[in-house]
Amino acid sequence: MAAGAGAYVDSMDQSVYKFILRHTKKEQIVLLVLTVVSYPFLYFSYDLPKQIINHITAVDRLTRGGEAAKPYPEQVLIGLFKMEHIPYLFALCLIFFLLVMINGGFKYFINVIKGQLGERMLRRLRYELYSRILRFPLPQFKKMSAGEIIPMITAEVEPLGGFIGDAYVQPIFQGGMLVVPLFFIFNQDIFLGLAALAMYPVQGYVIPKLQRKVNALGKERVRTVRQLSDRIGETILGVQEIHANDTSTLERTDFSERLGIIYGIRYRIYALKFFTKFLINTIDKLTPFFFYTIGGYLVIQGEVNIGALVAVIAAQKDLASPAKELLAYYQQKEDIRIKYEQVIGQFDPPNMLDIAKQEEEPSDVKPLKGTLELTNLSYAEDDGVRLIDNATAKLKLDKRIAIVGDGSSGKDELAMILDGLLVPTGGHAAIDGVSIDSLPETVTGRRIAYVGPGTQIFSASVRHNLLYGLKHRPLRDVLEGEELEERRKAIFEAERSGNITLDVKADWVDYEAAGVDGPAALTARMIEVLRAVTVEQDVYQIGLRGSIDAAARPDVAEAILKARKAFRAQMAGNAELAARVEPFDVTRYNLNATLGENLLFGTTVGDGFAEDGLATNPYVLQVIEKAGLTNDLLEIGRQMAQTMVELFSGLPPGHEFFDQFGFISSEDLPEFQNLLGRINKTGLDQLAAEDRARLLGLPFKLISARHRLGLIDEAMEARILETRRLFAEDLPEELKGSIEFFDAERYAGAATIQDNILFGKLVYGQAGGAERVNQAITELLDELDLRSAVMEVGLEFRAGNGGSRLSGAQRQKIGIARALIKRPDILIVDQATAVLDGQTQNAIMANLLEMYSEGGLIWFLHRPSLAQSFDHVVVMKAGRVADDGAFADISGDGAVLKSLIEAE
Amino acid sequence: MSLNEEVELLRQIPLFSNVEPAKLKLLAFTSERVTFALGQMMVQQGDTGDAAYIIIEGDADILIDTPDGPIKVATVGRNAIIGEIAILCDVPRTATVQAKTQLVTLRITKDLFFRLVNEFPQMAVEIMRELARRLERTTAQLQAAISQNK
Repeated sequence: MAAGAGAYVDSMDQSVYKFILRHTKKEQIVLLVLTVVSYPFLYFSYDLPKQIINHITAVDRLTRGGEAAKPYPEQVLIGLFKMEHIPYLFALCLIFFLLVMINGGFKYFINVIKGQLGERMLRRLRYELYSRILRFPLPQFKKMSAGEIIPMITAEVEPLGGFIGDAYVQPIFQGGMLVVPLFFIFNQDIFLGLAALAMYPVQGYVIPKLQRKVNALGKERVRTVRQLSDRIGETILGVQEIHANDTSTLERTDFSERLGIIYGIRYRIYALKFFTKFLINTIDKLTPFFFYTIGGYLVIQGEVNIGALVAVIAAQKDLASPAKELLAYYQQKEDIRIKYEQVIGQFDPPNMLDIAKQEEEPSDVKPLKGTLELTNLSYAEDDGVRLIDNATAKLKLDKRIAIVGDGSSGKDELAMILDGLLVPTGGHAAIDGVSIDSLPETVTGRRIAYVGPGTQIFSASVRHNLLYGLKHRPLRDVLEGEELEERRKAIFEAERSGNITLDVKADWVDYEAAGVDGPAALTARMIEVLRAVTVEQDVYQIGLRGSIDAAARPDVAEAILKARKAFRAQMAGNAELAARVEPFDVTRYNLNATLGENLLFGTTVGDGFAEDGLATNPYVLQVIEKAGLTNDLLEIGRQMAQTMVELFSGLPPGHEFFDQFGFISSEDLPEFQNLLGRINKTGLDQLAAEDRARLLGLPFKLISARHRLGLIDEAMEARILETRRLFAEDLPEELKGSIEFFDAERYAGAATIQDNILFGKLVYGQAGGAERVNQAITELLDELDLRSAVMEVGLEFRAGNGGSRLSGAQRQKIGIARALIKRPDILIVDQATAVLDGQTQNAIMANLLEMYSEGGLIWFLHRPSLAQSFDHVVVMKAGRVADDGAFADISGDGAVLKSLIEAE
Repeated sequence: MSLNEEVELLRQIPLFSNVEPAKLKLLAFTSERVTFALGQMMVQQGDTGDAAYIIIEGDADILIDTPDGPIKVATVGRNAIIGEIAILCDVPRTATVQAKTQLVTLRITKDLFFRLVNEFPQMAVEIMRELARRLERTTAQLQAAISQNK
């Protein structure tokens, strides 16, 4: 299947004009024609008011002449229609009105076409640049950083969009505007014409000179700004080091220095630009000087009449505006040209991957099995250092191969060559005679899997990350009806910009490659793979803490409700478990929940009833007032504030206890101290609204069992229960979406699966309580066959930026699982378990060795002693294959392998 | 039990007898009260320690792993402090402690423990005294064991 990209041009156009013309020739012609066609209308709309005024004044003069008044003669409109003077006036005005509309229409269409053109070209350029990044040879990324590349594709090319529509039309249009008055002037008198042109040679000489300086500075500016964004990127990546080494001042100083340089450049550019403007303006003002002198002389000499001179001076005024526009265009053009060239230059590194290797579907590929042969394999970096130096070996792929060596042995590079990630600089690595670097990515990326020491987890769900290696092409369309129509429009537009036309929302998963027949079996397969890399339990726990959409999965919601009831039944028969959970009961105050939770008695949806905002929520205030609870809560708040001040005032600000235990942050503590002082003076009743809100905020966070402050007695509990009833009863319609009340019979969509089963709170201070409850829940879910439903929720968990919401170990394990699920012919594990703890390393290695008992596993080991478990061992030293054979045969005294193991 | 009652209770423990009430209140407030069921392990020999426990109510057995299985070396009760060695000198737990009855304890984290020792030299002295007592007892037991083996 063709990948659907438009006609592909491999090298980029070196000039922005060529680039524009190649892709927008037709549109540029349309624009030109439209512009030219619009001229006469514009001309008439200028001319018509003059006619109207002339007509009115003429009529006025004729008809109000007293006795001399004469009937106004009939007028002929456009040489066709005879009419009286009043209808004639209206007809003229109507034509004027139409002309205004037509001109507006032209302007609108021209601008829309220009905008569309510009945006399409911008899209094309960005797509092209991005697509080239995907073809850069890997070592290129050692030279270019994300901080440099990102602004090139985003900000730097942005102004191109605005320019492209103007690129050809503007000089022609403005040129025309310049030529017409000039022509008129020459028609009047050749000398006056020469006078009008007198200053242009000066401008033509000076301006490009100045512009060249501006251009040089412009290039420098682009370069320094790129370095600046590179520095910002580096700061963000290395922010831990900066904090840990107290170098923020150094970084700030460095940044300031760079800003200073950019300021200097920009300032010089401005100075030059405005100097150019100044020159133009002055020269423009000088031209009349010639008219007055030469023109005046000619008039006096009687060679030119005075009327012509006046007309010429008027015409000269019309020259100024297009001349200015042309200059602005020229400056913009130069600016764009530099930007384009500076960007393009960066996206044309040598040895770019052939596009066909990424886009062409392979036809019938044999499995990558047989013998892996290294023939004088070499790899050298740009500086000429040979990291792999004539390595030669013959390895049977039906064995499980371990490759060991120290940091300078070249094994890291070998791992990447075997996956086709690096291209050898000499020799070959071939599988059954087929050189790996000759294989397209469409083969290596599917038949070979590579897991490195630090896998990248994308900012998407765990599922997407896991299935990433199965998503090569969209295999099934999932669209119909209106969506399909939308899709057609999207394809149309993508084609106009030379973009790929595939649908990112289609089903891309290659089930066959995963060895399953469809989505249901795939989940089972994912679970299996996750188990093999010992991360299944983690995903399961994540799933428990996730929530499901009860409307989309009513069966699961119902099953979880069943689990809730079963859990309750289990608690009834098990005192130990019962002591660890306090269930929600609408008739009882929950000692292990906050006062706020007790009052709302539901799961909040969105921020409507967020705990921090309860004290200022108008509806909550209204309810507690109605229940007569306001003063009591204020009193509880006062006592809490007093206790906090008493306990924490001796602690240094920012002490961790504030975060862990305090209701009040260290910054707010003095404020509360003052507040307590005011209360002592005036009493609670006289408090300002702000102080009341502050005090009232405290009790909502109070958990009786945890904080043990003894502030809520049974009578108080009963009153809060009454308030709970009021709160639910009076809840206005518009707030109903903000809370989902606890209901033993209903699934709470906003709450986690775990909370739905628990339907209560963990009791504080029970040793091992959480683990015990978790275990009970897990057992229950297994009994009810809900394990895979929970796993599915876990799989939907968003991994966050760079997988930041997962632990390092989880990320790495998911990376390994990603390689396993596509069932590669060859699995290359490049020290991928090094970051995991010893026990996990052993477990994963044992699982993988079992999975690949038939061979196809090549493991680059970080600890040579682990090689014992493999069928065949390759020992690398200084870029060469030092030894290879069975572990027992090559680990004797004096062998390289032995010394490597001893050095561990 | 409310915070104030807990403070009263802490004051009766010799270790804290000289600490001023306000600080004891902070101690009570910031320490979690943890209940162990009969037979539950409080600390496991060999684990890393992040907290010490003060027994408020109940008894606990102190067990040491040997090649022949765990042997009980002592039983401690109310007011005893457990697990302070592992947090004092960053070694793994030196013994296993198992609840002999239902057990109510105050869990004092490592950070809090050091803060208290720093601020109240009297507490440090009390701990030293307790450790010395234990050392003396261990020495006596060792002597007895050696003389038995002769």
